[in-house]
Amino acid sequence: MSDIAIRAENISKAYQLGEIGTGTISNDLQRWFARVRGKEDPFLQVGETNDRTIRGKSDIVWSLKDINFDINRGDAVGIIGRNGAGKSTLLKLLSRVTAPTTGTIKVKGRIASLLEVGTGFHPDLTGRENIFLNGAILGMRRYEIKSQFDAIVDFAGVERYIDTPVKRYSSGMYVRLAFAVAAHLDSEILIVDEVLAVGDYEFQKKCLGKMKAIGQGEGKTVLFVSHNMGSIKNLCSKGIYLKNGILQQTGNIDTIISHYQKDLSYTVGDEQCEISFEPSPKQAYISHLSISNEHGLVKQEFDVFEQVVLNIKYFVNEPTLGFSPLIDIKKDGIDMFYSLLSDIDETVLEGQQPGEYNYRVKLHSPLKKGRYTLTFRLSKLRVGDVDGYEDILTFYVDEFSFDPTNKSYASFRKGLVASIFGWEKL
Amino acid sequence: MSTSATARQNWDLEIKPRNSIFNLHFKEVWAYRDLLLLLVRRDFVSYYKQTLLGPVWFFVQPALTTLIYTFVFSRLAGISTDGIPPPLFYVAGITAWNYFADCLNKTSSVFRDNAHIFGKVYFPRLIMPLGIVLSSLIRFGVQMLLFLLMFGYYMFTGAHFSPTWYILLFPLLVIIMAFLGMGMGMMVSALTTRYRDLIFLVTFGVQLLMYGTTVIYPLSTALQRYPELARFIELNPMTPIIETFRYGFLGSGSFSWGGLLYCAAVSVIITIVGIIVFNRSERSFVDTV
Repeated sequence: MSDIAIRAENISKAYQLGEIGTGTISNDLQRWFARVRGKEDPFLQVGETNDRTIRGKSDIVWSLKDINFDINRGDAVGIIGRNGAGKSTLLKLLSRVTAPTTGTIKVKGRIASLLEVGTGFHPDLTGRENIFLNGAILGMRRYEIKSQFDAIVDFAGVERYIDTPVKRYSSGMYVRLAFAVAAHLDSEILIVDEVLAVGDYEFQKKCLGKMKAIGQGEGKTVLFVSHNMGSIKNLCSKGIYLKNGILQQTGNIDTIISHYQKDLSYTVGDEQCEISFEPSPKQAYISHLSISNEHGLVKQEFDVFEQVVLNIKYFVNEPTLGFSPLIDIKKDGIDMFYSLLSDIDETVLEGQQPGEYNYRVKLHSPLKKGRYTLTFRLSKLRVGDVDGYEDILTFYVDEFSFDPTNKSYASFRKGLVASIFGWEKL
Repeated sequence: MSTSATARQNWDLEIKPRNSIFNLHFKEVWAYRDLLLLLVRRDFVSYYKQTLLGPVWFFVQPALTTLIYTFVFSRLAGISTDGIPPPLFYVAGITAWNYFADCLNKTSSVFRDNAHIFGKVYFPRLIMPLGIVLSSLIRFGVQMLLFLLMFGYYMFTGAHFSPTWYILLFPLLVIIMAFLGMGMGMMVSALTTRYRDLIFLVTFGVQLLMYGTTVIYPLSTALQRYPELARFIELNPMTPIIETFRYGFLGSGSFSWGGLLYCAAVSVIITIVGIIVFNRSERSFVDTV
């Protein structure tokens, strides 16, 4: 029992949605009046779980609710969950940037938190000056920084520029220096938010290696948030899975990741991956659209190496000349792919017979990490659409796995799409 | 409450929704003293990097202000300066007032100015106001140099004034001013996290408050001409400071131990209240700013 490093007891955090600042005096007065009468805060009672997809009744939302966990000393713990699940809020509470609304967190040992790389770096100061300033902001004493100085500079690899203002640094050098300072903190607990997303692959590997060394070699406790399941698996042995501000599961990291990935196959908010439409008297109409994996499981998040399958179902009421279904895939508003059925089979242009048509379109994973939207249309050549929906479905490609033999798929490589390049030595 | 299992645990830190208001975190502030010095250094270095004249800019503002005050208030309006050469009289008041105003203005926007850092890393927030007070002290020092230069010049050319032993109170005056400015600033900063309108009120209010302090006129004149109004001017805790400052260096103005004690007491109270409200709002401000 005595080797618990962090214990969270019933911690919750409420946030106020919408405009803050208007009408707060009257709210404050109501709050004060309620307290005077010995009642509960009237604005906190109406809180509900933090589900972005459902529009809540109140302006108060619980970003975290009744979280309890123990973290043992020396554990490397990965915190996972979707965007908005409360991961960052939890880290903020642990690093004392903001106070919990209820509950207590008990901590044994000094915490160093790295919620962002290079907090407090001043562009006009030199690398040397910034190392001292940033170290002090993170809680180091001057002599501690001095004793670590050479190691920091060495890790960052910026010896040549150490007396140059950091505004002249390349962004890579900047990040390296900033991480180096934090990595050399002499603290018992290290909290790292998704800061490694910056920097190149080599550097990410170096950082992860350093964090692993901190955790295993030096016996320190590490808390790590990332969307990259690969690096979490690599670094952490335990996991905490948050969903809509509620603790879903704690325990072994592999169990937690598989639980999380199973949970991902559903829609987020109004970004749907499956939709049906009512029959229509038009010449033709779309009746059903969905995105699935190759086994037909409808889902929204895909791994880079996973096959994405688009399913389209439509009815033709009367044969129309020059008619063809059309798919348009966009990434961040840029057209990535554009495909018509008539590209493959010109006979459809003569008009399909009335009836139901069902098509399955397999994408052979040239997609890199990102958010993709799909447009489906039943178009009539040079005339316009019979039926169609712009950006109706959304899916995400993420890096749940990493293939060192196919690095061009990784988001840190340039290129909008990737493909398997057969390098042959002749 | 404490079972044997929890009693054996000695936690180094407990993060709770609210801390006791009497926990002023002084121990923590002391642990972060190196950060305080590095912040002061950062302010100084970053302010003048890539400027041509560097700290000379510290001179420009009080010098020009003195020039304008001499013209407007002394020549045009004919307000008495108690027989002291007008430029010397004004520069004394402006130098002291500027330090107070700097501390107050900068402290009152401390949450807004540092929202980014405060949102990402924890350190005792009190470090920031303390850093502001010390950084402003450098600026104040340079401006004192201007004052002393003029002091020496008028002394040398045989103007009518004589310093008194009360000049030795100078360090005490600076400390009182620093705490007064910081304490008031912290109160404002705590309120501005919720009601941002106050920021406008403060910048404007500080300007007006200067006219309610004996910066451009001696207290004696005010007492003579508008005795009722002068009572409010005497209540202003900055008035005894400026009067003592002038009394020490120039031998003019009114000095009383009572007045000094009064403003010292006010500044202690304001500082304590300021720290308490500051520490309270510090814990939740990240969510509102």
